[in-house]
Amino acid sequence: MTRIGVITFPGSNCEHDTVHALGLAGADAELVWHRDTDLAGLDGVVLPGGFAHGDYLRPGAIARFSPVMGEVARLADEGRPVLGVCNGFQILCEAGLLPGAHIANRDLAFICRPVEVEVVDTGSVLTRAAEPGRRLRIPLNSYEGAWVDPTGEGRVVLRYTDDPNGSQDQAAAVANQEGNVVGVMPHPERASEPILGSDDGLVLLSGFVEACREVKV
Amino acid sequence: MTTPTDDLKFEDAYVPEPEPGPEPLHRRLGLTDDEYRSVCRILGREPRPAELAMYSVMWSEHCSYKSSRPFLDRFPTEAPWVVVGPGENAGVIDLGDGWLAALRIESHNHPTFVEPFQGAATGIGGILRDVFTMGARPVALWDQIRFGPLDQPRNRYLFTGAVSGIAWYGNAVGVPTVGGEVAFEECYSGNPLVNVMCLGLMRSDELVLGTAGRPGTVAVLLGAATGRDGIGGASVLASASFDESSTTKRPSVQVGDPFEEKKLIEACLELYRRGLVVGIQDLGAAGLSCATSEPAARAGVGMEVHLEAVHVREPGMTAAELLMSESQERMMAFVDPDHVDQVLAVAERWEVDASVVGTVRAGGTLSVYEGDELVAEVPAASLSEDAPRYHRELGEPGWMEDLWSNTLGLVAPPDTSKTLLLLLDDPSIASAAWVYEQYDHMLFLNTVIGPGHDGTLLRVKGTRKGLAVSTDGNGRLCYLDPRRGAARLVYEAALNVALCGARPRAVVDNLNFGNPEKPEVMWQFRETVEGIAEACEALGVPVVGGNVSFYNETDGQDIYPTPVVGMLGLADPMPATPPRLDRAADGMDLWLFGPEWAINLAGSAFEQVAFGHVGGRPVAPDPTLAAAAIDAAVTLAADGLAPVLHDISDGGLAVAVAEICIASDIGVSLRVSDWRHLYAEDPHRFLAAAAPEDGDRIAEVAAEAGIPARRIGRFEGIDIVFELPGAVASVDVETAARTYREAIPRRVG
Repeated sequence: MTRIGVITFPGSNCEHDTVHALGLAGADAELVWHRDTDLAGLDGVVLPGGFAHGDYLRPGAIARFSPVMGEVARLADEGRPVLGVCNGFQILCEAGLLPGAHIANRDLAFICRPVEVEVVDTGSVLTRAAEPGRRLRIPLNSYEGAWVDPTGEGRVVLRYTDDPNGSQDQAAAVANQEGNVVGVMPHPERASEPILGSDDGLVLLSGFVEACREVKV
Repeated sequence: MTTPTDDLKFEDAYVPEPEPGPEPLHRRLGLTDDEYRSVCRILGREPRPAELAMYSVMWSEHCSYKSSRPFLDRFPTEAPWVVVGPGENAGVIDLGDGWLAALRIESHNHPTFVEPFQGAATGIGGILRDVFTMGARPVALWDQIRFGPLDQPRNRYLFTGAVSGIAWYGNAVGVPTVGGEVAFEECYSGNPLVNVMCLGLMRSDELVLGTAGRPGTVAVLLGAATGRDGIGGASVLASASFDESSTTKRPSVQVGDPFEEKKLIEACLELYRRGLVVGIQDLGAAGLSCATSEPAARAGVGMEVHLEAVHVREPGMTAAELLMSESQERMMAFVDPDHVDQVLAVAERWEVDASVVGTVRAGGTLSVYEGDELVAEVPAASLSEDAPRYHRELGEPGWMEDLWSNTLGLVAPPDTSKTLLLLLDDPSIASAAWVYEQYDHMLFLNTVIGPGHDGTLLRVKGTRKGLAVSTDGNGRLCYLDPRRGAARLVYEAALNVALCGARPRAVVDNLNFGNPEKPEVMWQFRETVEGIAEACEALGVPVVGGNVSFYNETDGQDIYPTPVVGMLGLADPMPATPPRLDRAADGMDLWLFGPEWAINLAGSAFEQVAFGHVGGRPVAPDPTLAAAAIDAAVTLAADGLAPVLHDISDGGLAVAVAEICIASDIGVSLRVSDWRHLYAEDPHRFLAAAAPEDGDRIAEVAAEAGIPARRIGRFEGIDIVFELPGAVASVDVETAARTYREAIPRRVG
């Protein structure tokens, strides 16, 4: 079984949803507390959505100093799959594991609604199972959701078809150059069952679980 | 050793000399002279300052229900599935298979008027604590918010501030806001209403009550440090009327910290899972005074409390301030002495501060120390149980007869297309997406039918069950006839959960009223309570909790009597494909369920929006028809016969059908025999969209349930077409949709 750790900070709130959806995608996911520093045995990690450390100062600014983050960086360096969803994406940027940073949505309002994204690069652990050009309907749920990257190093792997928040390059998901660290602003775990309106997110989560499984081998 | 205080004539009581100075302390704290005398009588002496502070908050209208309690006994509160009825922090009902639901509703009207962002935000914090105090994880919130018209800048400020506050707190605390209501009326200009309801879920062995337990039990204060914020919130803010100077009361509004609350929720849920608490009580209105006296009174014990042990935000707070502070995000856990170390360890793990502040003692005395000094010694039960009860004067308002005879009496129908667009542009009817898209309404992956529908449908993961919830209020209707209006709200909410496939199971109500010292307001209150009680009895649905908010008046102007009814329904099993508004398709039939001849326009949105008229007497509800409508709706939803089911309410049939067309992006042609059918809001009516081949079966369902139903149109094309006797009117769906979606954004943008 593929073991994936879902890192839980004080203030995280999507950790249980993420465990649930990763289960649907075929993984054995478990919660990892932010003060734990032993990630041995995990094939990959997910930083879930929420408000780690209350988003005080700015989203991710305090979470990057949580004890677990040193190990997350080490896994990333080793080439293991690391995924940040929403607040997790913000934390990965603050930690320097992904390029760029997040600013408030263009309309200065929180946005919670399904949006459409297009798969533009399948060379990441999140998008590897999706067809290029495929359009997916996945809920967005963020205030500081606009990604900006003056360095130009980010690899945009999912792009909004109708820019909801003012992200640079209409980026909805961004990977590092190696493709093993990915941040995604919409929530794939919220689009994992038809009864909830869409299961388009499963192709992303299944690809991620597959990537974790391969690293294991 | 206390004296019954039902009767406040204490001629024989010791009456102290008035204190020197401009205003005696008890009056500044909001206690009347009579109430001060009864405190003296209970204690057999003059109270110490800290004691007076405790009585002032606990005997406030907000905490003691002193004007409303005699009426609230009227509610039916029993059913086989009720586990905990009114009186605890939240009502609890049994869902079967070991699952319990906790439900509670509260208002934060006055704080929102004074400071909309924090006022609305802290309302959420408070309602969450009421629910997780019971052992349940809060899984969903509903906000019912009412403001004055958006063309006034101050109303825009209050409305956008409150929505931002709700979004800020609710999203960050990690509990989705899955529905609610947004309404605008002139009467709320000086007095907005912000109500919030919370639903929690737990396993049956996780239920915890607000009891202090046996003597020897240790009281552990968990959560935020206590500060000077919110002092007198219950007594100063929530229990008095407002005027121009009310913004000076801003220091009485609490300041919220959703991050602290999130940690507190997780810490408490772990304490319950591990069985480490005997009882627990949240600190809300009346703070420490309430969280010590109420659990002690419930358990029939006393308590010794040490204020110097309380973790504080600032030095130098007096005993009275510590006892009255309404600092948010705090809980009082009652713990077996052997478990204290484990409780402190759980708190430490979740990064929640904790202090051991007291010990339960035999007898009924609450003794409060500051260091070695005894600062308060009162009978614990006297703070809650001996609170005064007022039998306020009742009087039917002289204006009712005039109101009822003041009918609009239109002779010719107005232009149908223009009227529909006018209604769709009304912010109380229009899409509330601008509001709910700022709220996380999807967290926890339970939201099967979310905001923008008649009811919310949540699944219970790991079961086949679905929980449907609807919250409904209508101040205008209740102003015109409080009893009929309130009863109709109960039936409307019940029908809305039935349209999700669920059977009504429990009601909570939030009764927002004006000044109870006015006989007219108390009459409105009594009538409303009667209306809710009658409807709940007819449906066999118990009231499991509620809240009363009086003094909703500014400068002597009372709000409309505005009860808000929250209905919880259970669908077991949940329909496989529950009806939704967006599933109407080309070629489907449009069905109208309910009374054939609906022409009463009294209290309708039509009269208010198109003519600025509020008058006439609304139609009385019909309990038999209400039950039939519910039966039919549940069957249609459960069998999947009707892809769309939609309640007819604000704006009548015209708006209801337009809402289906807008959501489904399809036109419709329908025929009515009288123009008034388009706008009447008679109760127990709903629309269905269904495939033509299912027509016979649908007619059978209606006949079996005992409700009239007929095909009135067909979905087709791109226009909403009304065929009236001698006239045809149409509005294209695109224009209708734009009007409906832009109504709120264009006014606040």
